[in-house]
Amino acid sequence: MNVTTPTINGTEVPVFYVVDEHDHPAGSSTMLGFWLYLMSDCLIFAMLFATFGVLGGSYAAGPGPKDLFDLKLVALNTAMLLFSSITYGLAMLEMMKGRVKSTQMWLGITGLFGLAFLCIELYEFHHMIHEGAGPWRSAFLSSFFTLVGTHGLHVTFGIIWLVTLMVQVARFGLIEANQRRLMCLSMFWHFLDVVWIGVFTFVYLLGVLR
Amino acid sequence: MSDTAVVANTGLAKFIFGRLTLESFPYHEPILVATFAMVALGGIVLLAALTYFKLWGYLWKEWFTSVDHKKIGIMYMVLGIVMLLRGFADALMMRAQQAMAFNGSDGFLPAHHYDQVFTAHGVIMIFFVAMPLVTGLMNYIVPLQIGARDVSFPFLNNFSFWMTTGGAILVMMSLFIGEFAKTGWLAYPPLSNIGYSPDVGVDYYIWALQVAGVGTTLSGINLIATIVKMRAPGMTMMKMPIFTWTSLCTNVLIVASFPILTAVLALLSLDRYVGTNFFTNDLGGNPMMYVNLIWIWGHPEVYILILPLFGVFSEVTSTFSGKKLFGYTSMVYATLVITILSYLVWLHHFFTMGSGASVNSFFGITTMIISIPTGAKIFNWLFTMYRGRIRFELPMMWTIAFMLTFVIGGMTGVLLAVPPADFVLHNSLFLIAHFHNVIIGGVVFGIFAAINFWFPKAFGFKLDQFWGKVSFWGWVLGFYFAFMPLYALGLMGVTRRLRTFDDPSLQIFFIVAAFGAVLIAIGIGAFLVQIAVSIWNREKLRDTTGDPWNARTLEWATSSPPPDYNFAFTPVIHDNDSWWDMKRRGYVRPLEGFRPIHMPKNTGTGLILSVLATAMGFALIWYIWWLAALSFVAIVGVAIFHTFNYNRDFHIPVEDVIRTEGERTKLLAAQAAS
Repeated sequence: MNVTTPTINGTEVPVFYVVDEHDHPAGSSTMLGFWLYLMSDCLIFAMLFATFGVLGGSYAAGPGPKDLFDLKLVALNTAMLLFSSITYGLAMLEMMKGRVKSTQMWLGITGLFGLAFLCIELYEFHHMIHEGAGPWRSAFLSSFFTLVGTHGLHVTFGIIWLVTLMVQVARFGLIEANQRRLMCLSMFWHFLDVVWIGVFTFVYLLGVLR
Repeated sequence: MSDTAVVANTGLAKFIFGRLTLESFPYHEPILVATFAMVALGGIVLLAALTYFKLWGYLWKEWFTSVDHKKIGIMYMVLGIVMLLRGFADALMMRAQQAMAFNGSDGFLPAHHYDQVFTAHGVIMIFFVAMPLVTGLMNYIVPLQIGARDVSFPFLNNFSFWMTTGGAILVMMSLFIGEFAKTGWLAYPPLSNIGYSPDVGVDYYIWALQVAGVGTTLSGINLIATIVKMRAPGMTMMKMPIFTWTSLCTNVLIVASFPILTAVLALLSLDRYVGTNFFTNDLGGNPMMYVNLIWIWGHPEVYILILPLFGVFSEVTSTFSGKKLFGYTSMVYATLVITILSYLVWLHHFFTMGSGASVNSFFGITTMIISIPTGAKIFNWLFTMYRGRIRFELPMMWTIAFMLTFVIGGMTGVLLAVPPADFVLHNSLFLIAHFHNVIIGGVVFGIFAAINFWFPKAFGFKLDQFWGKVSFWGWVLGFYFAFMPLYALGLMGVTRRLRTFDDPSLQIFFIVAAFGAVLIAIGIGAFLVQIAVSIWNREKLRDTTGDPWNARTLEWATSSPPPDYNFAFTPVIHDNDSWWDMKRRGYVRPLEGFRPIHMPKNTGTGLILSVLATAMGFALIWYIWWLAALSFVAIVGVAIFHTFNYNRDFHIPVEDVIRTEGERTKLLAAQAAS
């Protein structure tokens, strides 16, 4: 911006205000704000990981990871979530091209993958609790259920959000506000994927090695 | 209550009311009944007055649903001041109890009541006095200082305020329905776990902080985005006013620490509600992990409180010395260093945990290092004053009192940072004296400096000098009388949170401390009188210029109080004292060429969501599961419903802008003529 204009008397009087101002585009800070929110959420996960790190070996003479984790099931679960991230990416590509129908289709598929992930996780939890390895059994299980459960809770909210956005896209089309919202959910969804990779590695794989 | 037989609900009553019974209302406690009668009476009078003067519509439309950062800022300040009265009443009760409980006397507070009083005092003063006051200040000043029209997310701002208020309401409810935590302000397990605190007290604590914590985190995100994204053209990072800088660092600290508090309290609630074993003594739990985690939030928290006030003192010192701030760059870097170091010192709150010499040395040294950037700041303020034309107005008086008092607090802090010394002083009254020394001497004095400094900006008239000085001397002398004896007592080995004493020679110290508390009470009373007198004399104290102190930063460039849109034209910045620069280099206020101004619309959603969240908190505290589920579903529903409203902004018509600016032109002309 040109900040000084030469004027009469030879002295320069600076420009002190913007004369021809444009409206702030709506949502110009949204991406930054949402990113900051994600980082605060990331801290919650960091703290839960740390808790698991401290308590992950406190079995209190109860079952440990080797007795409880079924890596095949977890691999299937992981695949569901990773596929859902790919399909979300495809939805975003379609959104960029302005195609409502295919965007909706990929969003729907993403939601279904997410739902499958949740179902498998709930099955795993149910199975563990049924075997007497509920969150109250030992500090290891408390921290396991809390970390994995918090992630699952996030996925649940992600799905509710996804459905809401699908309704909004159906009603109002791919308007700018909706594109911005889809972008935010996209960051959220991929963020959950990254967190899951941490869970998969530190909780399941290293747990079984322990 | 603990001294009556527990009558538990059964059957349908249990389903409807959870564990809430008639016995939950403390009608057998005369102190509480009298308090309740007074609060109820005051409340009824207030509600009647609002109805009689037909103010409900005005309050709802102009304040409660407002997304204007200025109004939200003022509401935060009002919340903080109201809660200060509650928190200070607790302080007076403690000081009276400790001054009386000698020679076999039990004082006037039974143990379970006294324990609630000191817990509530700490929780209220930090979360519902200091935090709202600091947040309110940042909310009001930051957008004006950076030349913005509002914050980045105006609706979120309103929502954050109401969530903070929701938390405050939960704390206040615990006074009359059930009880508050008896655990101390950080609720350490295993004491705070279900086995030793089966009552509702700790649950009140947890849900009040969780509800308020959502608000605090979101307002932190909001203000960072505002400062990063919404600065006026020309304002580079190193041209930001120092208060904006310290606010930025504070909000970074908020976003980087409050999630930890949220998470650790969530783990404690899982222990209490679900029966997990995070902080239990058996089945692998580890109570010390709670202490670590909560202080990873808790230590940054004290810097969250003090940093914005460092900014205030910088603005006040340079304004009332008539000089540019000495060492702006070093001030910025000192703030940044403090921000980072505040994450590396948490363990100094519990050197006695037994983590070993190496760990303790590390945290002792990092703690001592913090005194270096802080000391640099003190020197910067002194050098700003050096050879300045100092005007001893109220804000400057508070600033000088701060410098003298805070340095003492800083030095006792360095003493406590030495691990071997801390083994002697840990949890003694020396510690209590130290942190009151820095929080009253730093945060409270800073808040009063800020209120006296910016009040004319917010309301268009200055605050009364005489009562301001009475308040000043009440607080400053009161502080020294109240806390210097505690330093001595702490060195003699008296520990904190004691209800009765055996050694009669200590009593005189507690009587002096109680006298100090009375002086502070005078200070608070005089402050309220100061506000009332100033409103009464507002025509005489009127400021028509918008710049009553001949100040330096951008907020003084607009009228007092500023119009809804803050600036008719977005300012362009060339200097970090931008308003000073504008005055010096012949800025002429534009009189034509106005345009309609794009602004966010008001909304009641924030208030509704907060009411629902408070109801959910209450339901969870009392095990009223149907209400908890219902309010949770309602929260999700209302939030989703809100996202279907795409129409959230409007334009202030150009005629309104012309009229508002025209009035200002007349005022300024009248001022120049007289």
